[in-house]
Amino acid sequence: MQAAQHYYIPSPSHWPIVGSVALLFMGFGAALWINHIEAGPWVLVTGLVILAWMMFGWFGTVSRESETGTYNTQVDISFRWSMSWFIFSEVMFFAAFFGALFYMRELAVPGLGSGPTGEYLWPMFKSGWPVSGPGIEQTFTPMGAWGIPAINTLILLTSGATVTWAHWGLKKNNRGQLNFGLFLTIVLGISFLCLQVYEYVHAIHEYNLTLQMGAYGASFFMLTGFHGFHVTMGTLMLIVILFRCLAGHFKPEHHFAFEAVSWYWHFVDVVWLLLFILVYWL
Amino acid sequence: MEAVHGHDHAHDHGHDHPTGLMRWLTTTNHKDIGTMYLWFSFLMLLTGGTLAMGIRAELFEPGMQFWRPEFFNQLTTMHGLIMVFGAIMPAFVGFANWQIPMMIGASDMAFARMNNFSFWLLPPAAILLVTSFFVPGGATGAGWTLYAPLSVQQGMGMDLAIFAVHIMGASSIMGSINIITTILNMRAPGMTLMKMPMFVWTWLITAYLLIAVMPVLAGAVTMLLTDRHFGTHFFNAAGGGDPVLYQHVFWFFGHPEVYIMILPAFGIVSQIIPTFARKPLFGYTSMVYATASIAILSFIVWAHHMFVVGMPAAGQLFFMYATMLIAVPTGVKVFNWVATMWKGSMTFETPMLFSVGFLFVFTMGGFTGLVCAITPIDIQIQDTYYVVAHFHYVLVAGSLFALFAGVYFWLPKWTGHMYDEKLGKLHFWLSIIFFNLTFFVMHFLGLAGMPRRIPDYAPQFADFNMIASLGAFGFGLTQLLFLYVVVKCIRGGEKAPAKPWDGAEGLEWTLPSPAPYHSFETPPIVK
Ligand code: HEM
Ligand SMILES: [Cu+2]
Repeated sequence: MQAAQHYYIPSPSHWPIVGSVALLFMGFGAALWINHIEAGPWVLVTGLVILAWMMFGWFGTVSRESETGTYNTQVDISFRWSMSWFIFSEVMFFAAFFGALFYMRELAVPGLGSGPTGEYLWPMFKSGWPVSGPGIEQTFTPMGAWGIPAINTLILLTSGATVTWAHWGLKKNNRGQLNFGLFLTIVLGISFLCLQVYEYVHAIHEYNLTLQMGAYGASFFMLTGFHGFHVTMGTLMLIVILFRCLAGHFKPEHHFAFEAVSWYWHFVDVVWLLLFILVYWL
Repeated sequence: MEAVHGHDHAHDHGHDHPTGLMRWLTTTNHKDIGTMYLWFSFLMLLTGGTLAMGIRAELFEPGMQFWRPEFFNQLTTMHGLIMVFGAIMPAFVGFANWQIPMMIGASDMAFARMNNFSFWLLPPAAILLVTSFFVPGGATGAGWTLYAPLSVQQGMGMDLAIFAVHIMGASSIMGSINIITTILNMRAPGMTLMKMPMFVWTWLITAYLLIAVMPVLAGAVTMLLTDRHFGTHFFNAAGGGDPVLYQHVFWFFGHPEVYIMILPAFGIVSQIIPTFARKPLFGYTSMVYATASIAILSFIVWAHHMFVVGMPAAGQLFFMYATMLIAVPTGVKVFNWVATMWKGSMTFETPMLFSVGFLFVFTMGGFTGLVCAITPIDIQIQDTYYVVAHFHYVLVAGSLFALFAGVYFWLPKWTGHMYDEKLGKLHFWLSIIFFNLTFFVMHFLGLAGMPRRIPDYAPQFADFNMIASLGAFGFGLTQLLFLYVVVKCIRGGEKAPAKPWDGAEGLEWTLPSPAPYHSFETPPIVK
């Protein structure tokens, strides 16, 4: 069936080495910065700039190759496998933090408030949830589920629908629907982020809820923070895709870059649902 | 099916390929990349080995000889990190790069550019690790496991290690995605999953493990980072956290990680033993299922590293039995290798010597693992030299010996020359003797109660430590002989035929030696 097929191999490329120089700078820069050495931020920013340059160059090359029809079906299937496994790795990254939340909430905190540990070491500590921890004197107000978080849930769910609607447009070769659907998705993504920033400001200034606020503060900000970072990346990816659509890229039967980004977007969506239930609600 | 656009290799052979340094920096060729992985890992082996010599020099006799205690801790920590992430893991990825495309009949890896990126992420990570020795406070001394709260308190070297782990993790994840995709999507027509060589199977499963657990390690060290610098309390009881939480997250990565380091070794040995026994691998199907069950079970045994943290008895029992369960598929494998040799017409060239050596010595390590898995016993020997003996039996005599076996096995294919058989055998005998000299005595030290990770010890441990140190120096020097054999083989030697081993089977032996730059330009048909 695939008898006369040749394999596709890209020609040598300098982007990988550019990327690894970027990460070298970023690693050193971040380490210097957090240890309060003046050069740190500059080294880090240099790394980030090089990384951005690499991303532009590399993804640019890939999209040119794709548009000139260099990729055959086999390459397309490779892309599908790789994106699925990449998303799986992201799932496991979040799993580590959800695991930490579970452990602190169900095991560490109750352990500090009961038995000999509670009796002799922390007699004043009443365990429960949400809680900061026995050694933290300041108090905070936890984040309720039914204000901004509920609105954000609606926003993300809607954006999942709009991106699918855009995909339908692409498959029917209805470019108007495609572009409009993508545009809506991006607007929803940005609104989500704005609301989250608002929520953070509110939490820090009004609720005294910060990263330093023990078990609840750490798990709240790390989980929602990493999720917000993923929404940011997803939105950027959607913007790139929108520009490519406007430039006439993608065909009804050949548009994996679009699908990859929409898979990613749905993944971010599902993580949010878990966050909503496990961090905000329960 | 839509039209397929091939890349016509005849056209781009002459031009477009940079030479010199640029060739290596920009390459998209799986063999070039495999070669770089292998040399990188050898360099790291020597670096980590040098640190080990520093450890053994200090422990040669009781009392403080050479180093401050803090620096001794840095030596053990960096030895572990460099060997695990710099030497063993990249070496197996180097093998995957060289062999998988040839073994499944592909021309290259699925993502040739990303392949180069995965490799070139390793040098920055290594630079971060090695420079950490020279920053104020020195490298991290928290042990390769980077346990909190010690790791929360260390200086800037710890941050460099954390970022190095992040970068190496990214490298592993990209490398694994590439390997899985190559295996799932680039096989020659007719090469069904159950016809794949065992080495390819073990890497498929290893890559899955890597993708599942490297992100968890990234999560663990990220929590460390925020605890260190941004005021979170994941590992601090004052804020409702728990240092034990770090151990859980780390070992959820850590135990699958040890299988990441041994499954490809199983794969290599499963290629070599049938070749030199001149019989097909006994129980191929059961080997595949055993590998898969080891991978699945490896996710539910992590707390056998934590028997003394104060787990409830139910937890201890669960992790004890689950760990012992892994011995079943491992036993299946050992049985199959032995059965493959049964009544075979065996010869003992260097690859086979290393494989049989592997079989003996790795199995001993498996047994000491079982001893450690028995909770009441482990409570006595946890954090003693017994554990050090256990994991060096499985990692040095397991992973490293399999790597040596694989190098000798495939060197003729890679270089087009035969290696020096006499020197290869010498390398094996010196390695196995010095290895046992170094690590066998550690069992006694551990049972007698000598703790690991200490620069000084009570006088009653002196004799065994001296033996171990002598063995270690010998083992270290022996590896220079290995370097010599390999370089000699690259530079010349008897010409190797396409199939230098008469019992060998598999697509890689249908290619000429040295293998052409692009392995299979059109897919071969596997019947
Ligand atoms: C039959 C299979 C195995 C069993 C039952 C087993 C069991 C164990 C147990 C119970 C421990 C914890 C000991 C303690 O800290 O007190 C341990 C430690 C360890 N094992 Fe194994 N093991 C097995 C195979 C392997 C393999 C194949 C490798 C790697 C190639 C490996 C690498 C390690 C390492 C590196 C440690 C020590 C980690 C540390 O504390 O630094 N093990 N093993
Ligand atoms: Cu383990």
